[in-house]
Amino acid sequence: MTDSNDKTPKRSADGKTLSARVKEEVARDPFEGVDFPELELSLYRPRTFFSIVLSVLVTSMTLVALVPLFAVLWMLLWRGGQKLSLALFTSLPPAPLEQGGGFGNAVIGTLIMVGIATLITVPLGILTGLFLSQAPKDNKLAAAVRLSAKVLTGFPSILAGVFAYGAIVLTTGGYSAIAGGIALSILMLPTIILTSESAVAMVPARMKEASIGIGATGAQTVWMVLLPTAMPGILTGIMLAVARAAGETAPLLFTALFSNYWLASHGRLNLMQPTASLAVLIFNFAGTPFKNQVELAWAAALVLVVLVLIINLIGRSFSKQQIEQ
Amino acid sequence: MASTSDITRAREEVTAWHPGQIWHPPSTAQKWTDRIFRQLCVVFAASTIALSALLVLEIGVKAIPAFREYGLGFLYRATWDPNKAKYGILPEIWGTLYTSLLALLIGTLFGVAAAIFLSEGYLGEFVFRVLKIFNLNFHPFWGKLPIRVEAVLKNLIELLAAVPSVVYGLWGLFIVIPLIRPFCNWLHSQFGWFPFFSTDLSGPGILPAVLVLSIMILPTITAISRDALVAVPSKLRMAAYGLGATRWETILGVLLPTASRGIFGGIVLAFGRALGETMALAMLVGNANRLTLSLFSPANTLAALLANSFPEAGAKEIPVLMYAALVLLAITLVVNLFGALVLERAAVSAEAK
Repeated sequence: MTDSNDKTPKRSADGKTLSARVKEEVARDPFEGVDFPELELSLYRPRTFFSIVLSVLVTSMTLVALVPLFAVLWMLLWRGGQKLSLALFTSLPPAPLEQGGGFGNAVIGTLIMVGIATLITVPLGILTGLFLSQAPKDNKLAAAVRLSAKVLTGFPSILAGVFAYGAIVLTTGGYSAIAGGIALSILMLPTIILTSESAVAMVPARMKEASIGIGATGAQTVWMVLLPTAMPGILTGIMLAVARAAGETAPLLFTALFSNYWLASHGRLNLMQPTASLAVLIFNFAGTPFKNQVELAWAAALVLVVLVLIINLIGRSFSKQQIEQ
Repeated sequence: MASTSDITRAREEVTAWHPGQIWHPPSTAQKWTDRIFRQLCVVFAASTIALSALLVLEIGVKAIPAFREYGLGFLYRATWDPNKAKYGILPEIWGTLYTSLLALLIGTLFGVAAAIFLSEGYLGEFVFRVLKIFNLNFHPFWGKLPIRVEAVLKNLIELLAAVPSVVYGLWGLFIVIPLIRPFCNWLHSQFGWFPFFSTDLSGPGILPAVLVLSIMILPTITAISRDALVAVPSKLRMAAYGLGATRWETILGVLLPTASRGIFGGIVLAFGRALGETMALAMLVGNANRLTLSLFSPANTLAALLANSFPEAGAKEIPVLMYAALVLLAITLVVNLFGALVLERAAVSAEAK
């Protein structure tokens, strides 16, 4: 600090007063000695040229990657759309060389098996997710459950089929919709567990504390506060899992097999018989040399993709609700 | 801290459920419900572990007879002959690793490029420039377009991951194979001495399988890599720009190294998916028990072997297939655990920043 009573102006080492130095500083061109052309963005400089080349490269690589992705959808609409009609949903798959036909039983079979899988996994998955979100951080059981759920996420779908074949088909003595549903449920379970866990964990802690604070028991808190609040997130998880299960083929190949007939005969639904599904129908018909069957496979693929994408979009709209909440 | 409005809301919800009972301490029935419910949660959680253990056990136990008979030689023998009861899965193991690694190579190149494209906002920038020509770039409606277009593209790529693999297989069978066949056969006729081109493509083969597989794993790699790149703290990017780095010096020198763990975890998970992928390969790889380097030759993978042999397998062949399933399980388990571990550590280090 300068002493205000000091009459003589302060001098710096080179003998100039402070005000003189400031004047000099202000008068000096601050950009003196700066080479402006050097700073400009120029294509002739290797650094910027390299940067732009890489930008172009990445953009074109993204475009190349997007072409096949959208070509799949385009071909589906084009080749599947030609054959699409309402009759497809009401008739049975054709025999070789037979014309016409449809995949009504496969649509129903897919819905029933995904339904069975959903019935199994929803209670199991939500309660497990609830346990994970409420367990203390150092809980060993929770850590083990989380690990096994993560491992199940990457479990190859064909092995779910192998398991259901060994555990259900061999013991019950035949291919069935139940075995197919159980195989699918193994693939749905980890998604539901992990999404319910994060959905419940996202419920503000104050809501839970408020509920316990006014005397609710743990179960009451879960049913009246946690689950209703986390419901959009949980529904997203369920929908994503359902969408994945609906498109799975490998677990159904040798658990539900395929069938050319309706599931219900003489007004009775029999779940213990081989069952058709859209995915297996596509696989079977794609391998046949008959034009009619191949066209049906394309139409079935279109129906399957539309089904899967719609379920997926519904699920995503739930998660949007949660964010808005 | 519970605020007053939360307490009011909770009270409203509870009174709606049990009118008039709120001032009672929990009744015996309520206490028991609570206790049972807690136990139920624990039991269900434990049953998830039991289920995973059961999966491994079921496949393992059913494979024991085959393991006794063929031992470890099963892993390095190359014949598959149900008539003479001689089995070996070396070609399948080779085919699984070969197709997955090649697909991973292509998928990573394009997937990471797409992730950079999405996270750097190139598309938004482009839309912004187009809007600027029409002087709409700060318009209340059109001004939001760049952000919206980017979000749509990101969601579209994620949606494509949901397309069932059998549909990709169908597409590969009827579109990709006829499309690449003339080119592949030309390569074979010109460069047939090169081991990768030593056979011609007569239909299904390794190359179509690899191409379709790489398209299938691309959305996974792109989504995870993009998340990792977006999660890089913006101060790092700003600091790099402030020092005068160009955009790509920033990407290569700062963003990619910082996000590398997340990207790597995504690649490992995609590798796990490629290893276990069944339907597209069962339709495209050709199901030939052949040990080959050639890209155009038909081959086989473990998952495709299971998918094609299981439905017609006799009682004697089932333990052998279970053994093959066990090998596939072991390979994917190792890869997936590794991937989950890498991603977890990436998340921890991101939190630490």
